[in-house]
Amino acid sequence: MQADSARPRLAVWKLASCDGCQLTVLDCQDELLTLAGEVDIAHFTEATSAELPGPGPFDVSLVEGSVSTPADAARIQQIRADSRTLVTIGACATAGGIQALRNFGDVTEFASAVYARPDYIATLATSTPVSSHVPVDFELPGCPIDKRQLIGLLSALLAGREPRIPGHSVCEQCKLRGTACVMVARGTPCLGPVTQAGCGAICPAFGRGCYGCFGPMTAPNVGALVPWLRRLGMPDSDIRRVFATFNVAAFDSVAGGFPGPATQAEPGQPDAGSGS
Amino acid sequence: MTVVTGNGGAAGNGGAAGQRRRFELPAAGLEDLHRALVSAGYQVIGPRVTGDAITLGELTSASELPFGWGVSLSPGGYRLRKRDDAAAFGHSAGPGSWKQFLHPPREQLWSATRGTDGLAVGPGAVQEPRKLAFLGVRPCDLRAIQVLDRVLRGASGRDCAYSRRRAAVFIVVVNCTEPGETCFCASMATGPESGPGYDLLMTELTAESDHRFVIEAGSPGGQEILTGLPVRPADPGATQRADAAVTGAADRMGRSMQTDGLPGMLAASLHAQRWEDVASRCLTCGNCTMACPTCFCTTVEDVTDLSGEHADRQQSWSSCFELDFSYLHGGPVRSSGVSRYRQWLTHKLGTWHDQFGSSGCVGCGRCIVWCPVGIDLTEEVAALWAERDAAGEPAAGPEGPERGEQG
Ligand code: SF4
Ligand code: SF4
Ligand code: SF4
Ligand code: SF4
Repeated sequence: MQADSARPRLAVWKLASCDGCQLTVLDCQDELLTLAGEVDIAHFTEATSAELPGPGPFDVSLVEGSVSTPADAARIQQIRADSRTLVTIGACATAGGIQALRNFGDVTEFASAVYARPDYIATLATSTPVSSHVPVDFELPGCPIDKRQLIGLLSALLAGREPRIPGHSVCEQCKLRGTACVMVARGTPCLGPVTQAGCGAICPAFGRGCYGCFGPMTAPNVGALVPWLRRLGMPDSDIRRVFATFNVAAFDSVAGGFPGPATQAEPGQPDAGSGS
Repeated sequence: MTVVTGNGGAAGNGGAAGQRRRFELPAAGLEDLHRALVSAGYQVIGPRVTGDAITLGELTSASELPFGWGVSLSPGGYRLRKRDDAAAFGHSAGPGSWKQFLHPPREQLWSATRGTDGLAVGPGAVQEPRKLAFLGVRPCDLRAIQVLDRVLRGASGRDCAYSRRRAAVFIVVVNCTEPGETCFCASMATGPESGPGYDLLMTELTAESDHRFVIEAGSPGGQEILTGLPVRPADPGATQRADAAVTGAADRMGRSMQTDGLPGMLAASLHAQRWEDVASRCLTCGNCTMACPTCFCTTVEDVTDLSGEHADRQQSWSSCFELDFSYLHGGPVRSSGVSRYRQWLTHKLGTWHDQFGSSGCVGCGRCIVWCPVGIDLTEEVAALWAERDAAGEPAAGPEGPERGEQG
């Protein structure tokens, strides 16, 4: 905490990402004024280019984005050193993001296909979550994160409470909400039973299956869901594809060999982000 | 007219009166029933078609009942289907249950606000519960409510909010004449004919062109409502047809379960191979416990707002399939899927007896239908019996618990 202020200092950082999670912070319209009254927002480039004088330390840092460049690999070390509590927000920061598709391909090949001067691109071979580089205190998954979960986390941190981030399935929130399961009642494939809660089970409430944007729940049994997805008519290529999105690396690491490297499903579309 | 109820189990008239005073209500009289309940101050809750399913919610008119709709049920499958008749209650359990009204998914237990002279603690959200009339409760679901009563109300009236809500409920049961493919109330002795505990009991007759109900009261409150309805004493033909339809339903159960000695068998099954087998298929998603009308587990969280001026204690449904459910100092007690599936099944069908004096399962089939991968507890229990029988004696480990009462 800064000597001249009694209020905690909050910083919001961006690595390789689309800014969607930072926009979710800005989307907390009603709560934003209260938040601004409770903390000094010391760094938040998506919201303002004005930075409070001086660098760290920060009481809470929210970090969006994955580590995909040598520069960010260094920057995250500094952010960690400057932050009392470090919270990663979103699928990129917590799981490597959709740009982690590169982990299953050859990034130099991608770069030469996309850029006129690939030699200008300084990028890492993999896109990895922040937790692969530095210790992380809390992780909010999702693409993008859930606004209520963010407010809940910040409220907890401000009050000195441990935030509760459930590791259980989306199904539980679906049932609490009273949605008739789309898998059971209409045969729509859904990743809810292996995906971590937090979104409030939005997609099934609108009649579509969960596509896993909150990433794997704690100890998911992906192998038990796959045969059922097949039964509902999904070809294996689609099954691979549905797991190979925002949390591709995280699902790959828990799926026990399936869905397998994402690039097997869709070769030749190197649209993964290449650096921040 | 005296009615002999021959279908097995706890069904029947509670043995109180040898004489049942039964009446006939034309189908159009459902609207009168609805009106009478509303006049008596009740919000009427019943089944209606919403989206892909028959769900429970407020009925502003009896015409919202799912006339002519049935359901096709299978493990992991639920589909609405058109019926050949106009039955209002020709469907079995849907995704919801009466639990959602008596023991809601989320509930504020209390709230507190920081004021000038300290902390002002206010009560939770529900103080004066609404009077609710449950219209179209199936016999198994009446039993499920009574199971919840024993858990949450008990002799000491433990959960006050539950007790208050429960006391304000009027129950209209409709006997089952057409069980679903996943139903096994006959095995659990919870249906298809209702046991006592209803305010009004109806049996729907749709076989002929005239669509009507045989109706009787089970409480003074029920009697009062009945008196205001356009009923006439039921003729023997109608009551016979009604009773035959209910008795016949017992023979057409889609599933069955061997319950004799079941708690003992489960207690001795700790190391059964079948647990591994089912755990390999189970997603540990928790859908079964959420859909089950008797699973009551909750978690409680204290939350504060950003300003720190206001705090809430919130309760919400939880499940023994959550890893955090058994989290004690340093980690979860039931970390494997095996131990979590076993907890669900052995609590529901075994230790529930020791804890609450009955089975925790009423045979409604919801957990079978709403399991996204169609795990069927009747099949699991049958497999556990078979494994026990194949082993020749209780499949207990060296330190296994006592063998069950089943020889
Ligand atoms: S719709 Fe999806 S998230 Fe909801 S209960 Fe079904 S499988 Fe789970
Ligand atoms: S265990 Fe299954 S069949 Fe038994 S009462 Fe619960 S949901 Fe119904
Ligand atoms: S089966 Fe599990 S969720 Fe259901 S009441 Fe028992 S412990 Fe609770
Ligand atoms: S039995 Fe089915 S509904 Fe229950 S936790 Fe396992 S997969 Fe989910």
